[in-house]
Amino acid sequence: MSPQTGNTVQESPHTPSGASSSSGLPRLGSPAPSFEAVTTFGNIRLEDFKGGWVVLFSHPADFTPVCTTEFLAFAALAPELRKRNVELLGLSIDSPSSHIAWVRNIKEKFGVDIPFPIIADSNKEVATLYGMLMPGESKTETSRCVFVIDPAGIVRAMIYYPLTTGRNTDEIVRLIDALQTTDKHGVATPANWKPGDKVIVPTPSTMEEAEARMKAGYECTDWYFCKKAV
Amino acid sequence: MACINAQGELTESAEKILAALDQPAAPDALAGRTSLPLFRVRSGLREMAEAGLVEAKEGVYALTERGRSVLPARQ
Repeated sequence: MSPQTGNTVQESPHTPSGASSSSGLPRLGSPAPSFEAVTTFGNIRLEDFKGGWVVLFSHPADFTPVCTTEFLAFAALAPELRKRNVELLGLSIDSPSSHIAWVRNIKEKFGVDIPFPIIADSNKEVATLYGMLMPGESKTETSRCVFVIDPAGIVRAMIYYPLTTGRNTDEIVRLIDALQTTDKHGVATPANWKPGDKVIVPTPSTMEEAEARMKAGYECTDWYFCKKAV
Repeated sequence: MACINAQGELTESAEKILAALDQPAAPDALAGRTSLPLFRVRSGLREMAEAGLVEAKEGVYALTERGRSVLPARQ
């Protein structure tokens, strides 16, 4: 694909069970829609991230103050995410030249390198595919969306913030930690969970399991509410 | 292309990947050899395959004759 031709949407290579990524917006638990996009690191396909986690996020526009604070925060976050096998992938409806100029400006004015690629979604293909444009907010700028995609290419979490409000990047790390803990231990995580806190043991689905649960040595308030350390 | 600039020269990341291909390797092994993220290795290999610098057999990449010819001049 030539960079001049813009981004392209591809059929997902994943074959979901009862879910389709090619119709409608991304859904939790369904394959993330495939694409090939022009980025500040060259042409990238979503499949290039297979085997690792991806945080795909959009910002409204280059050279705007809230977005600049977010990029500084995401850049600071990148090393922590890499430790967790997570890559960042930014996006806005701007040209590659705009992205490059903004990244260089951030380096010049704030002394910070942006260590992740940014999709130049000039034709809005990826933004449309992922529902990043909110017509009630803007028809030309993507809202502050975050899609957490797991190593199998499944959408695991989505966060949407309005144009006016910068994201809390600590919450993104917490969310990744929670999802990875869920995958590793087959558990759920309670409100405001942080690594080191006790996790929720999945609720029993039969009377027999409920009886057994109370004798299993977990910290149980009742049969449906049990915690354990991991 | 990310691996070849407008002047037809290899970019730094492309040079790293080509230099790491002294022995054929899969993308994840090349990511380890180059310290580049796996997605960059995959996208770089795809572009260099299109440019005829590398070729893949069953997921293992190797330099082509053309890839070998550009590499020594760059090292």
